[in-house]
Amino acid sequence: MATQFTIEGLKAEIEGKEILKGLSLSMKGGEIHAIMGPNGTGKSTLASALMGHPKYEVTGGSAELNGEDLLEMGVDERARAGLFLAMQYPSEISGVTNSDFLRSAINARREEGNEISLIKFIRQMEGKMKELEMNPEFAHRYLNEGFSGGEKKRNEILQMMLLDPKVVILDEIDSGLDIDALKIVAQGVNAMRADDRAFLIITHYQRLLNYIKPDFVHVMMQGRIVKSGGPELAERLEAEGYDWVKNELGIVDETVGQA
Amino acid sequence: MSTQLENPVEREFAEELSRSKGEPAWLTSLRGEAAELAGSLEWPKPEKTRIDRWNLTAFGQYGKPQALSAESELPEAAASLVAGAGALVVQRGSGTVLRRLPEELSAKGIIFTDLETAAAEHPELVQKYLFQAVKKDENKLTALHAALWNGGVFLYVPKDVEVDVPLQALFYNDNADVSFAPHILIVAERHSRVTYVDNALTIGGGADAVHHSVIEVFAEAGAKVDVATIHQLGSNVIDLTTRRAVLENDARIQWVIGDLNDGNVVSDTLSILKGNGSSSDAAVVSIGAGKQKMSLTTGAKHFGLNSDSNMVTRAVMKEEASAIINGVTKIEKGATKANGVQTEKVLMLSPKARGDANPILLIDEDDVTAGHAASVGQVNPEQVYYLMSRGVSKEEAQRLIIYGFLAPVVTEIPIDAVREQLQQLLERKLEA
Ligand SMILES: Nc1ncnc2c1ncn2[C@@H]1O[C@H](COP(=O)(O)OP(=O)(O)OP(=O)(O)O)[C@@H](O)[C@H]1O
Ligand SMILES: [Mg+2]
Repeated sequence: MATQFTIEGLKAEIEGKEILKGLSLSMKGGEIHAIMGPNGTGKSTLASALMGHPKYEVTGGSAELNGEDLLEMGVDERARAGLFLAMQYPSEISGVTNSDFLRSAINARREEGNEISLIKFIRQMEGKMKELEMNPEFAHRYLNEGFSGGEKKRNEILQMMLLDPKVVILDEIDSGLDIDALKIVAQGVNAMRADDRAFLIITHYQRLLNYIKPDFVHVMMQGRIVKSGGPELAERLEAEGYDWVKNELGIVDETVGQA
Repeated sequence: MSTQLENPVEREFAEELSRSKGEPAWLTSLRGEAAELAGSLEWPKPEKTRIDRWNLTAFGQYGKPQALSAESELPEAAASLVAGAGALVVQRGSGTVLRRLPEELSAKGIIFTDLETAAAEHPELVQKYLFQAVKKDENKLTALHAALWNGGVFLYVPKDVEVDVPLQALFYNDNADVSFAPHILIVAERHSRVTYVDNALTIGGGADAVHHSVIEVFAEAGAKVDVATIHQLGSNVIDLTTRRAVLENDARIQWVIGDLNDGNVVSDTLSILKGNGSSSDAAVVSIGAGKQKMSLTTGAKHFGLNSDSNMVTRAVMKEEASAIINGVTKIEKGATKANGVQTEKVLMLSPKARGDANPILLIDEDDVTAGHAASVGQVNPEQVYYLMSRGVSKEEAQRLIIYGFLAPVVTEIPIDAVREQLQQLLERKLEA
C-alpha cells in the first residue's frame, strides 16, 4: 500500500507551555522531507509528540498514518504501525545488550510463536552493522551505554534498518558525526529509500542534504511550518541564514515557549 | 524424639540435646557455653533495622528427619535445584537426610559431609576452625546459633587439590515447627581450588519461624574459593544469615549471594583480607516484595598489603518491601596498596517500596585506593519511552530495564548452571 502520512493542525504542549501551534504536513511514500529551523522552534517537540513521548501533551489536531489515527495509540503501537524516530538524544540503557534489545524489538512485530530465529537475526544484524561500518562488538555492548555521540547516531540508523519502518523521522542524525560517518549514515538512509517509505529529516545543515537529497524543505518557526520549498530553499538558508525568512514573514522572535 | 528449645535456650537443654544426638564432648560443652552466653548477649543491631521488633522467638524444636535414599524422594521444588549434582549434601529441617561424595573426589582427600558427622569423624580438623571466623560470643544470634545449629556442611579441600565441578548442598524445611539452622564450614588448604553452591528454601509455609545459618570459609595461602548461595525462604520465615571468609596470602573468594526470600532478612557477609595479595569479590542480588524488610550488609576488612575487594549489590523492591543496604569497606593501618570498591543500587518498582543504600568507607591507611557508588531510584520513564519507541510493549520495556539493572551481578556468576538457576528464580519472584 502506498504510504500516506498526514499531520493536520497539530498542537502540543509541555508542562503547560504550548510549543506546537497548529502544524500541518503531508508526506507520501518515496518522499524525503527536510525540516530546518533555528534552535528552540519546536522541531524536536514535533518528533516527540508524534512518537508519543509521555511529557508532551497533544492538545489539538491529528496525525494519521495510512488512515490510522496515531495519536490514539501508545508509543509502542505507533512504532509497530510503522513510525520510527531516530532521536536527537538516544537513551542509554545499562545491562540490556544492543542485540537482545533489537531482537525484542523485531519480535514485538511478529506473532507469538513466530519469533525470528537467532541465526537469522544475527545474520541480519551483522549484515547491517557491516553496511554501517560498525564494529561487531557493538552488538554485545549495553544499549548506547558509553557510546560516543556518533556511535549513538549510527546505532539509531542500525535500528531503523532492522525495523523496516514506513515513516522515518531523523532528528539531527548528523549532529556529532564526522565526515566519514555522515557519508556512511547517509548511504544507510539512501539504501532504505523506498516507494512505501517516507522520511522526515530534521537538520541544521545543508551538508546532510548534499548526501540525502530532499524532495521538500520546510522551515519551522514559532511551533509551525512557516515556509516550504524544494532543495534550493535549504541552500539559500545555508548561505544566508534565517533573517530573510523572518523579514519576509514579519517574525521578530522565531522561538516558541520562551515567555 | 523431640526436645523443646527455649529462646534464650537453657544451657542444660542445649547440652542434653547435643548428648542425645551423640555429639562429641567438646561439641556438647561448646554448645553449653554458647547457650549460657546467649542469655546475656544482645541481638545484633544492623543499621536502621529494628530486628528487636521482629518475632525472633520461633527457633523451633529439634526434630530428627527421616533419611532419604535418593534425590527422587525430594519434593519437586527442592529436587529441581540439585538436578545433576555430583557431590551433594541435603538437609531437611533439623538434620541431614542425604550425602554423597563421588569416589574420585574422596580419593583426593576431599571431605564433604554434614557438619555433625564431620565433628564426630574429624574432630581435630573441625575444632580447629569451627566458630573461629564467626565467634560464638559476638552477639545473641551467634551464641544461639552455636548452641543450636544442626545438620550443616563440612567441606575440606587438601593442599593443591583443585576441583572443577561445584559441590552442592540443599537445605530445605517443610515443617515450620522444627529448628532449621545449618552451619557451613569450608576449609581450603594452600593452593587448593573449590566451588561450593547451596540453596536454602522452605516449602509449604506455616507458623512463624526463624532460619539462622552461618557460613565460615577459611582460604589458606593461594586457595581459591567460590561460594554461591541462594536463599528462598517463605514469608513466614525470618532469615538470619552470617557469612564470613578469612583469607590468607594470595587467597581469593568469590561470593555470589541471592537473597530471594519472601520474609524478613538480615544477611551479613564479610571477607577478612588478612593475607597480602588476598582478594574478595562479592555480588549480591535481591528482590523484595510484599511487606518484606531486609537488611543486607556486605563488608571487606583489609589487613593485607595489596589486598583487593569488590562488592556489588543490586536490589529490586516491589510493593511495600524495604531494604537497607550497607556496604562497609574497612582498610586497616598498614594495609598499603589495598584497593576496595563497592556499588549498591536499589531499583524501586512501586511508590511504597523503600530502599536505602549506605556505602561506608573506613580507611586508616593513606596509600590505598577506594571507591564507592550508590543509587536508589525508580525505573526511568525516559528509558521506557525509548524502548517502547522501537515497538516493545511497556511491560517488556520495564522487564528489559529491570533485568538490565540486575545484569551486572547475574552475568558475573562464573558457573553457568547457577547463573541460569538464579535467572529463573529472579524471573519467578519478579513476575509473581
Ligand atoms: N522537557 C521540556 N521542559 C520544558 N521546556 C521544554 C522541554 N522540551 C522542550 N522544551 C522547550 O520547547 C521549546 C522547543 O524545543 P525543541 O526541543 O522542540 O526545539 P528544537 O527546534 O528541536 O531546537 P534545537 O534545534 O535546538 O534542537 C524550547 O523552548 C524548549 O526549551
Ligand atoms: Mg531539537
